[in-house]
Amino acid sequence: MFEDLSRKLDGVLKRLRGQGKISEANVAETLREVRRVLLDADVNYKVARQFVDDVLRRAVGQDVLQSITPGQLIIKIIYDELNRLLGTQNVGITFAPMPPTVIMVAGLQGSGKTTFCAKLALHLKGQGRFPLLAAADVHRPAAIDQLEVLGKQVGIPVYAERGAGAVDVARGALEHARQSARDVVIVDTAGRLHVDEDMMREAEAVKTAVQPHEILFVVDAMTGQDAVNTALAFHQRLQYSGAVLTKMDGDARGGAAISLRATVGVPIKFIGTGEKPEALEKFHPDRLASRILGMGDIVTLVEKAQEQFDEEKAVALESKLRKAQFTLEDFMEQLQEVKKMGPLNQVMGMLPGMQRMPENVTVDEKALGRIEAMIRSMTPDERRKPQILNGSRRKRIAAGSGCTVQDLNRLIKQYEQMQRMMKTLSKGGKFGRMARGMRIHP
Amino acid sequence: MGILDTLGFSKLKEGLAKTREGLVGTVTRILTGAPKIDEDLLERLEESLIGADVGAGVAGEIMKGLRRRLKDTPPADVSGVLPLLQLEVTSQLAGSGPASADPFALPPARPYVILVVGINGVGKTTTIGKLARRYVAAGNKVLIAAADTFRAAAGEQLEIWAKRAGADIVIQKQGADPAAVAFDAVAAATARKTDVVIIDTAGRLHTRVNLMEELKKIGRVIAKQYPAAPHEVLLVLDASTGQNGLQQAKLFSAASGVTGIVLTKLDGTAKGGIVLAIARDMQLPVRYIGVGEGVDDLQPFSPADFTEALFQA
Repeated sequence: MFEDLSRKLDGVLKRLRGQGKISEANVAETLREVRRVLLDADVNYKVARQFVDDVLRRAVGQDVLQSITPGQLIIKIIYDELNRLLGTQNVGITFAPMPPTVIMVAGLQGSGKTTFCAKLALHLKGQGRFPLLAAADVHRPAAIDQLEVLGKQVGIPVYAERGAGAVDVARGALEHARQSARDVVIVDTAGRLHVDEDMMREAEAVKTAVQPHEILFVVDAMTGQDAVNTALAFHQRLQYSGAVLTKMDGDARGGAAISLRATVGVPIKFIGTGEKPEALEKFHPDRLASRILGMGDIVTLVEKAQEQFDEEKAVALESKLRKAQFTLEDFMEQLQEVKKMGPLNQVMGMLPGMQRMPENVTVDEKALGRIEAMIRSMTPDERRKPQILNGSRRKRIAAGSGCTVQDLNRLIKQYEQMQRMMKTLSKGGKFGRMARGMRIHP
Repeated sequence: MGILDTLGFSKLKEGLAKTREGLVGTVTRILTGAPKIDEDLLERLEESLIGADVGAGVAGEIMKGLRRRLKDTPPADVSGVLPLLQLEVTSQLAGSGPASADPFALPPARPYVILVVGINGVGKTTTIGKLARRYVAAGNKVLIAAADTFRAAAGEQLEIWAKRAGADIVIQKQGADPAAVAFDAVAAATARKTDVVIIDTAGRLHTRVNLMEELKKIGRVIAKQYPAAPHEVLLVLDASTGQNGLQQAKLFSAASGVTGIVLTKLDGTAKGGIVLAIARDMQLPVRYIGVGEGVDDLQPFSPADFTEALFQA
C-alpha cells in the first residue's frame, strides 16, 4: 500500500519540485490523490472532502523549506491534520470518584463487544482493579455462555441472570458489585442495529438504570462508509463517551475512525489487535494517521531531514555528485548521515524514488557496517583514489576490517558502478534534481 | 417485485429506507433536486456511489460508463439518468451471474456439503441457522458441523440454532481440531444418508496465515474422504464492510475456493456496495442476503433488486 501511494505521489511530486511556495494550483493534484487514499481507507466521502479542503486552506501560502519539496511538506501538513483530527493523544477510562465505576459497552452485531469486554476486564485487573463482567446481552444465543467462558479465561467474575431482561441484569450486576466490593462493572450489551427502535430503546433503558460513568461504542475497523450513520445514531441515543476500534490486526486501514471522530468527536480509547484476551492496546492517534495514509514514513523522514541534515554539507555533496567526484570518503560521510536517521531499511524505504530501485537491492545493516569497516581500514589516499588499490593493499584492508578480499572487491566494483551511473545521470541532470530534493543519495 | 415481495424484499427496502437523512446523499434525492444534467450532478452521483461503499475505483468506472451512455442516448431530462445508472451498475454485477430461479434448490449431490467461512462477527453462525432452516423446511435432512472450536460458546450458539432449524449437529469440545469435526460430520452424513452438511468455521481475519492454513486443511480433509466436497464454499460478508471486503474475498478464495457470497446485515443502513468490486474482480456471485435476525431472514440475491435498493432510501 505504502509503495502504491508513494509511487502515485511520486509522479505528482516531480512536477511540484522546484516550486518555492505552495499554491492552490500546484497541490490540487496531490490532494486528489490524498482524497483517493482516504476513500480507499474507508473514510466517509463527506469527511474526506472536508478534510482535503481544510488541508488546502492550511497549506496555501506556506513557505517550502529548503530541504524538502512542496509535496512532502503537504504530506506533513496532511499527517499533522489527521493526527489532530484523531485527537493527538490517548485518553484513558474515566473512573468514578466513588466506586464502582460502571462501563457500558455498546455497538452493532459482530463488532467485537463481548471479546472487548473480557479484554478490558483483564486490562483493568492488570492495573490493580477488581472488575465484574455483566452479561446483559440477553438476545444473542449463547452470548452469556461466551462471556462466562471468557470471564473464566481471564479470571474475572461474571454476573448473569438467565431469563432476565438486560436492564435487570445490569442493575443486578451493579448491586452485586457493591456487595462484593468489585470496583468496576463492565456491562456487555447485545449487538443492535441503530435502526432497530426497540433495541435502541433497551440500550437507553440500560443506561438510565445504571448511569454508566463511561459508555464505549465498539466499531469494527473494517467498517466502510456507513460508520458515520451508526456512530451518529448511537451517539444521539446514548451520548457515548469513547470509542473502541476492533479487528485492527487485519489489513483494513481503519478510516472509520476518522469518520467517527469527525462526526461525533469522542476520543477513541482502545484498539483490539487480536483474539487473545491480552490483545488490547491503548489508541495512539499518530500510529493510525500513519496507517491511514500508509506513508507516515515520509513524514518521519521530512522531520528527520529537517533536524539532521547539514545544509552546507549537502550543497557541497551535490556539486561533487554533479562533477562525479564522489569519493569513498564522501560515501562514508553519507553513510554516517543516513545512519543518524534510524534503521537503514526504513530510511531507504522512505526515500522518494527508492521504490523504483530493483527488488534485490536490499539493505542489510550489517553489510553497511562491513562497508564502513572496509573504508575505515583504507588510508585517506586510498579512499580518494581507489584505483591505487593493488593486491597487497587489498589484502591489508581485508585483514584490517575482518572481511575477505572478495567483499572488498565487490565494494570497489559497486563504487565504480555508482560513479559511472552518476556520470550518466549528472549529464541528464536527473540525479542532481533528486539529490536536491532529498539531500541524500542512495 | 413478485417473488421477492413474498420473500420479504420489502423488508430490505424497509431497512434501506431508514437511512439517516443528511449524511448519505441518495441518488434519488440528488436527481429530483437537480435542474439539469451537468458535471455537478455527475459528481454528486459518484459520491453517492462511494457513500454506498462501492469504492472510488469502481465508482469511477461506473461513472465513465454512465457518461458514455449519456452521450450515446441522451435522456430528455434528469429523470432519465437513473435508469442508465442502474443499467451500468447491473452490468458491473454481471460477474455475479443471474440468480437462479430458486437458489435454495439443491443440486443432486448427496450429501451436499457447504463450507461457511468469513472473518469474525460477520454472521456466519446466524446464516447457517437460517440456511439449515430453509433446507429442513424443504424436506431435507440437515447436519450442521460445529467446526468453530475456537470462540468461546460458539458450539452452544450453533446448537440453539440447530434446534430452532430442526437440524442435527456434530459438536466437539472447545479446542478440538476443526478439520476433525468437519471430517466426522461428513462421515456421519454419509452414514446417516443426510442431504445437506453445513460446516461452520471459526471467524478468522484473512491476514492470519496460520488460521488460513487451518482452513485449507479443513478443505483437504473433507476432500480426502469425499473428493467432490465441499460443493459450495460461502464467504459471509457484513454489508457494512468497506474496501477491505475485496481483500477478504481474495484471501478467503485463495485458501478455500469460495464459490459464493452471503451479504449479511442489509437491514441496517449499510448498502454493501463492495460486492460490486468483488463481482467485477473475482466473478464471485452473491447467493444470499441477510435482512434480519429472524430464522426466515435469509433471502436470495437478485442483482436487479440489489441495484434498485442501492439507489433507494
